[in-house]
Amino acid sequence: MSGVRAAMNYSGLALLREALRGHSGWGPAWRDAAPRTEYDALIVGGGGHGLATAYYLAKEHGLTNVAVLERTHIGSGNAGRNTTLIRSNYLLPGNERFFEKSMQLWEGLEQDLNYNAMVSQRGVLNLYSDDGQRDACVRRGNTMRLHGVDAELLDLAQVKAMYPYFDYRNERFPIRGGLLQRRGGTARHDAVVWGFARAADRRGVDIVQNCEVTGFRIEGGEVRGVETTRGPIFARKVGLCCAGSSSRVGELAGLRLPIESHVLQAFVTEAVKPMFDGVVTFSGGTFYISQSDKGGLVFGGILDGYNSYAQRGNLRVVEDVMEAGMAMMPLLGRLRVLRQWGGVMDMTMDGSPIIDLTPIRGLYLNAGWCTTGFKAIPASGWCFAHTMARDEPHFINSAYRLDRFAVGAVLDESGHGAHPNRH
Amino acid sequence: MRLPCPHCGSRPADEFTCYGAADPVRPAAGAPAQVWHDYVHIRPNPYGLHNELWQHVHGCRRWLVMTRDTRTHAVLGARDGGSRGGGAA
Repeated sequence: MSGVRAAMNYSGLALLREALRGHSGWGPAWRDAAPRTEYDALIVGGGGHGLATAYYLAKEHGLTNVAVLERTHIGSGNAGRNTTLIRSNYLLPGNERFFEKSMQLWEGLEQDLNYNAMVSQRGVLNLYSDDGQRDACVRRGNTMRLHGVDAELLDLAQVKAMYPYFDYRNERFPIRGGLLQRRGGTARHDAVVWGFARAADRRGVDIVQNCEVTGFRIEGGEVRGVETTRGPIFARKVGLCCAGSSSRVGELAGLRLPIESHVLQAFVTEAVKPMFDGVVTFSGGTFYISQSDKGGLVFGGILDGYNSYAQRGNLRVVEDVMEAGMAMMPLLGRLRVLRQWGGVMDMTMDGSPIIDLTPIRGLYLNAGWCTTGFKAIPASGWCFAHTMARDEPHFINSAYRLDRFAVGAVLDESGHGAHPNRH
Repeated sequence: MRLPCPHCGSRPADEFTCYGAADPVRPAAGAPAQVWHDYVHIRPNPYGLHNELWQHVHGCRRWLVMTRDTRTHAVLGARDGGSRGGGAA
C-alpha cells in the first residue's frame, strides 16, 4: 500500500523510462482503500467536489486522516455527466469572487496535482442578439473587470472572424456580437476526478468505494460518525458532497434543504476534425457548444423542468436543444448525435450553491451546484476544506450560507426567484 | 413523453408546463417568517412519488395535480387542481 503512495511523479522522464521497459512500472494511481473505523474527517461523496475537498484538507490544513466515502465508484455521478466548461463570467460579487478563485486554481491545477487535467483556455463567448442582451453583456463584463477578471465585448465583425460558419442571416435571433472571456475554456472531466483522487491519496487520504452511507450518528446535536454498508465509521467532522442526492443524504441527518433535484441533458456528436476551437453560448434560447479533444461536438441546453432522479431526460428538450443549435450553426445538421445523457442537478431556490456549516455540529454541507458544478470543483474543494477545518466559511464562500434564504440574502444570478426549474 | 389530462386524455408532454411541488400549503398572510420561509424555500424533494402542479397550457389550460415517480418519470395519477383547495400555489 505504502509503495503506491510513494509512486513516481508523472513526468516526461518517467514516460520515457516506462516506454523503454514496456510500461511495466506504472502502479495504480490511488489505493482502493478499505475503511478504517475512525477518521478525523469524512467526506460523503466521491465526485469532483468530494475528492477536491479531501485533497485541500490534506494540503492546506494538514488533515490527512481523512476518508472519502463513495456509494459506487468515484466520478460516477455528475463528474462523468457534465460538459466540462470552466469560466468565471458571473455578475454578482458573491459568485464572481468564488468562480474566479476556481479559475485561478484551474490555471495552476496540473502542476499542483502532477496530473494532466487537460485544462484548455480556449475562450468562452456568450453571443447577444439585441440591445437588451448587449446591455446585459456590457454590465456583466464591466462587473467582471471590476473584480480583475478578463472580459471583452466583441462586435459582429470580431465574432464573424472567429466563427465564420454561424448563421448570420437568422432574422429572429440575429447574432450581433458577444462577451468573450479568453481565460475560460474546458478541462477533461475524468482527469479532474483521477487527478484529485491520486493527489489526495498521495497525501494519505483513504478513498473508499462501494461504501454507501445509510445513516448518521448524532449525539447531543454533534456528529459522531456515519453508518455505512461497510460498517460504522467514526469521525467528528463529516462533510456532505452529494450533489443530486443531497436531499436524500441530508434527510438521513434530519436536514431539510432548499433543494430540488432536476435532470439536465447533454449531447455529443460523432468525432470530426478540429473545427470548433472555443466555447460558445447562443443568444436565442439556451444552447452552448464546444468540441472535445476527441473531436465530438459537445452541447447542451436547459433543464427538462420537472423533479427527477432518473439520470435521463425526455425528447421534448432534445428537440429544443437541437433547434437552438441549428439556428446558431446550421452545419450541426450534417452531424449525427452519438450519445446523450442526463445528470441529476441539485437546484437551489436562487440558483447559487451552498458551502456552509449545518445546525448539527461537525456536519458540513456542500450542495446546490445547480448546473454549474464542474467549473466550481477546485474552489469548492478549497473553500469547503477551509470551512470544515476552521469551522467557519472563508470570505470567498461567505455568500454561500445555508440560512441566506431565511434572512433574504439570496444570490439570484438570473432573477427567477424560488423556482428551481427556471435557474 | 405523454402525460394524462383528466379532461383531454393522454397528450404530448409539450402541451404541459410544470410548476413544481403541489403539497406545500400556503400559510396565512400573518404567519411567522419561519413558516413562510419553509413554504417558499424548503422542498421535500422525494426520491419516489411526488405530487406536483402542472398546467395543460396548450390544451384545456386547467391546473392539474399529477403524482409522478421521480425515479422513473412514470405518472401514476392526475386530477384536476380545482379539487386541491387551499388557495394559490
